[in-house]
Amino acid sequence: MLKHSVATALLAAGLLLGNHAAAQDTMAMPNQSAAMAASAPRDPALKPVFEEFGGKPGLVSLVNDFMDNLMADPVTHPFFANVDREHVKKELVDQFCVILDGPCTYTGRDMASVHKGMGVNRADFNALVEDLQKAMNQHKIPFRAQNKLLAKLAPMHKVIITKK
Amino acid sequence: MHKHRMSRAIALGGLALAGALVSLAAAADDGSSGAPANVSGKLLLTGGVSEIGGAAGGGLTPWAVIGGYGTNDQIGANAFYTRVNTQDYHLDDAGVMVGLYNRVEVSFAQQRFDTEKVGGLLGLGNGFTFKQNVIGVKVRLFGDAVLDQDSWMPQVSVGMQYKKNNQDAVVKYVGAKRSQGTDYYISATKLFLSQSLLLDATVRFTKANQLGILGFGGDKNNSYQAEFEGSAAYLLSRNWAIGAEYRQKPDNLGIAREDNWYDAFVAWAPTKHVSLTLAYANLGNIVIKDNQHGLYASVQVGF
Repeated sequence: MLKHSVATALLAAGLLLGNHAAAQDTMAMPNQSAAMAASAPRDPALKPVFEEFGGKPGLVSLVNDFMDNLMADPVTHPFFANVDREHVKKELVDQFCVILDGPCTYTGRDMASVHKGMGVNRADFNALVEDLQKAMNQHKIPFRAQNKLLAKLAPMHKVIITKK
Repeated sequence: MHKHRMSRAIALGGLALAGALVSLAAAADDGSSGAPANVSGKLLLTGGVSEIGGAAGGGLTPWAVIGGYGTNDQIGANAFYTRVNTQDYHLDDAGVMVGLYNRVEVSFAQQRFDTEKVGGLLGLGNGFTFKQNVIGVKVRLFGDAVLDQDSWMPQVSVGMQYKKNNQDAVVKYVGAKRSQGTDYYISATKLFLSQSLLLDATVRFTKANQLGILGFGGDKNNSYQAEFEGSAAYLLSRNWAIGAEYRQKPDNLGIAREDNWYDAFVAWAPTKHVSLTLAYANLGNIVIKDNQHGLYASVQVGF
């Protein structure tokens, strides 16, 4: 009897802690968005990965298919249906290119303001990741190279996902 | 006879439920209405597979992930069937799990441990089977194992597994103190995406002898002990992972030594609705048979 109460109390404590942690996540956001001002920083260690992506021409062709996948995906379609997709593609190429230490400059806005008010939730974000994975598979980019780029993009969820 | 019919009913029920889960997921996935269905928002394989006690995790140990493919505003669910064959025993293990809002996981599993000819040698009868029901709850405390790639902070969860064995007299005869017990655990799981590597460390507080198949507590020791469990999985592609696991276990019974468990596995998830896991498991000494090892096979369906 006593043990059961203890167990229940423990679980309840776990639940409370969990919710508290979730609340903290949300509160911590403004600082993080400042830290991620424009995009992910250039990482010289990823130069070999840039070559595995086929350099800038490889990225341009990859992002073309990525956008096609986003438009074909019912989860991500609404976010891209009414935007200047050619512009978004150019910014994505520059962004990926900079992360992979390519000879590019990212001139777009920071991730937080780009996605402000779009109401992106976790499932939307993950669907986009999957559409990118699909495009990278179409382009036969080695899985380990794919993950090196995704590892740089994933933390952006903190400023892109605004719908909890 | 009656027992057989019971098992068959459970197996059929499980199959029906599994079928229902798959068709539900498929229907939800269809999206023919144009409106995206709000299910299965998690990334492939990031819900883990089914641990032997029913929790989401590796095969031998729970992970901090919440089972199913539901995100923070979704519900996920799955059903699994696992079979472990060693030289002298086999285990049939089936269960269901629901993941709520990427926060809470509730699971049920039934383990049936068949002693085959060893049962006869022990005077219990050939094919004597221990049956144990496991009810599990897991709560995610903090962290995101998958997306927080800019920090070392793992995803951390706590959980409990209440287990009830149907052979009270037998487990007490071999020296166990009780035929039911509760394990408590804390798990930390982290995906190191740049390395394509997932690591988990779990500490389990338990009195269970051979999962609880041989009861809880014993003549040698009757207090909770902290046992370490770990998994490492290397991602080969979106659909394939290989890895190894370790599970430390207590040694409470004077009549038979209990060993730590190891396995090496390969997991395949062609879609979010099905995964297959094959492993080679080394289970050491079990009662009067030493060096038990063999194939572990598990199928999971859900969304």
